[in-house]
Amino acid sequence: MTMIDTEAHANPGAPASVLYRLTGVGKTYQQKGRQVRALHKVDLEIDEGDFITIQGPTGGGKSTLLQLLGALDRPSVGSVMLGETDMASASNAALGALRAREIGFVFQGFNLIPTLTAHENVDMGLESLGLSKAERAERVTEALGHVGLADRGDHRPGELSGGQQQRVAIARAIVKRPRVLLADEPTGNLDESMRDEILRLLEGLHQSGLTLIMVTHDSAVARRAKRRLRLEKGSVRDITR
Amino acid sequence: MYGTYLRRELAGRRKQTIIVAAGLGVAIALVIIVNSLSAGVRDAQAQALESIYGVGTDLTVTGATTEPGEGGGSQFEFEDGAGETSDGTTSLSQSRLMADRMRGTLDASTLTTVESLDGVSGASGALSLTNTTFSGEMPDMSQMGQPGEGGAPPAGGADGAGGSAFDVESFTVLGIDPSAVSVGPLSAVTLEDGRALDADDVGQNVAIVDSTYAATNELAVGDMIDVGGTEMEIVGVIASTSNEADTAANVYLPLDVAQTLSGVGDVISTVYVQADSSDAITTVQAELAEALPEATVSSQSDLASSVSGSLSSASSLISNLGTWLSIIVLAVAIMLAVLFTISGVSRRTREFGTLKAIGWSNGRVVGQVAGESLVQGLIGGVVGLAIGLAGVLTINIISPTISTAAETTTQAGPGGMGGGGMGGFGGAATAQTATEVVLSAPLTPTVIAAAIGLAVAGGLIAGAFGGWRAARLSPAEALRSVG
Repeated sequence: MTMIDTEAHANPGAPASVLYRLTGVGKTYQQKGRQVRALHKVDLEIDEGDFITIQGPTGGGKSTLLQLLGALDRPSVGSVMLGETDMASASNAALGALRAREIGFVFQGFNLIPTLTAHENVDMGLESLGLSKAERAERVTEALGHVGLADRGDHRPGELSGGQQQRVAIARAIVKRPRVLLADEPTGNLDESMRDEILRLLEGLHQSGLTLIMVTHDSAVARRAKRRLRLEKGSVRDITR
Repeated sequence: MYGTYLRRELAGRRKQTIIVAAGLGVAIALVIIVNSLSAGVRDAQAQALESIYGVGTDLTVTGATTEPGEGGGSQFEFEDGAGETSDGTTSLSQSRLMADRMRGTLDASTLTTVESLDGVSGASGALSLTNTTFSGEMPDMSQMGQPGEGGAPPAGGADGAGGSAFDVESFTVLGIDPSAVSVGPLSAVTLEDGRALDADDVGQNVAIVDSTYAATNELAVGDMIDVGGTEMEIVGVIASTSNEADTAANVYLPLDVAQTLSGVGDVISTVYVQADSSDAITTVQAELAEALPEATVSSQSDLASSVSGSLSSASSLISNLGTWLSIIVLAVAIMLAVLFTISGVSRRTREFGTLKAIGWSNGRVVGQVAGESLVQGLIGGVVGLAIGLAGVLTINIISPTISTAAETTTQAGPGGMGGGGMGGFGGAATAQTATEVVLSAPLTPTVIAAAIGLAVAGGLIAGAFGGWRAARLSPAEALRSVG
């Protein structure tokens, strides 16, 4: 199945370049002694600047697909190209470098380090870039300002609300200035008002040119994307209307 | 950021940090205290042995053990009519200077052989003897008729009814070369009164006595003492340089006089050997063993085994219980650190998965885990150093006194009967020289460095296990496992 985004890129007039190209991707893994087929013959192209949501039932392969896109895992079969890099055959170091520079992650549970302040948590996203201390501090301040938490840099996660924690997590993801932001149920742990707040923030990032790929169970959230995918029993179909 | 993250993590897991650091701290403290005590015991042993063998004696050469009966030794012999008889009672008194029955001797030429060997800087020979005095009263046997003649019943004697009473007293005698006292027992004595023996005393009936023996027997310079039936003039009183220790023998005579009086001939019991340097001791010992196959060559370490008393108990306690306790506690502490680190990595699966997801390399994650363990080890090392130093300081303030006794019971060597005898390097002396020594716990930079090194090693071992576990963590699996 090949899914080509036919809609206009965020920058009308400019040709949309392909960010991801997945060809014949399958993924199986062992879980409690049995083999689980998470993805099966997935063909997919994602352009730079896309805003894509992925929906589907639990166990349908959404998180697995996100992990393959995020260079956290390799496919059992097929190829996953990010730009010119085939992540199926890339070394661990190469995958690590991609994660460090090209890909930002946002998790449902925020995954902040509780002992560090918001500023320090965001700074963790720059650890592998080899930047100077001053440049890191500048970038962290800028990222926190971008998510509206410039004045909360010295707060620890336990001192922040759920929405604020997720904003810190988003700041950590964008501080490295990635090409793509992958979000796994970023609003799953938030109430409605905080959900909208986070969605507005993510939409703002997308509008500024960032490719956004988000896994969600929430159809209301999914409907805000330009392109909607559904993953069921390891297969992908486009449900954009 | 590395330091901040490390510090915050250790502070955030305060309980675990305290347990691991405390475990390592106790182990390190034990290592410091046990090592310091061991050094103190070694010093105490050296001090105890110095009073017997002198300063700087590295090796001794003694004659091989003789079987009971082989060694001979003089017996008390009274000729017919000996003693003074009065009122049916015969008073007898005889003093004999004898070699010990089980003690072997060496030909005097052994000393020349020893001195000629490479690596020997000094040597002196000594003859160890025991003077035994028999004195008592017996009934006059001449009053009794011949068998079958029906003579008168026994009368006289100590109780007036034919009984006997006698005493046997003894003291140890060491024959020494008056012109060579820089090596051997007299190198660790101080002159309390009179003068020492010198080269002019060869062949003279002069003696010097141990101060303790002199005090007990009310002897002083200028008095006479009966040795082997010959009156010797006391020319000096000596004492051990060690605290409250006796010297090696009760009475010291010129070697040639001792040989003549005892009738043993031109022999010696022990050769005291000083090596050129501590490095040469082993070589000299081997050379001596080769040159003198019949003799017993013993080193200071062999000699240390002859030290008994509570010092010996302390030595055994430290080398056995102390060492093993240190090893066990150290092993448990390191195991504890390893388990806590591995458990910490397991508990932080999501954290490390997240860090890898946002671009941290394996090396960076492993470095973080190892760094945390290393710092825990260093904290343990500092805690252990503080406890250890406090323990060592306490021991040095208390300064426990330990009794020692140099004794040998199995092999030939200088020795003597009665109090104040001397053992030998493997010698068959039957007596002991009691000494009270103050046990200290000296602290050396090596011990401190070793303790810190062990703490660092403990931290690194725990960090290596934890890091290995963290490195194996796949970010996808880590994030999947925590949902």
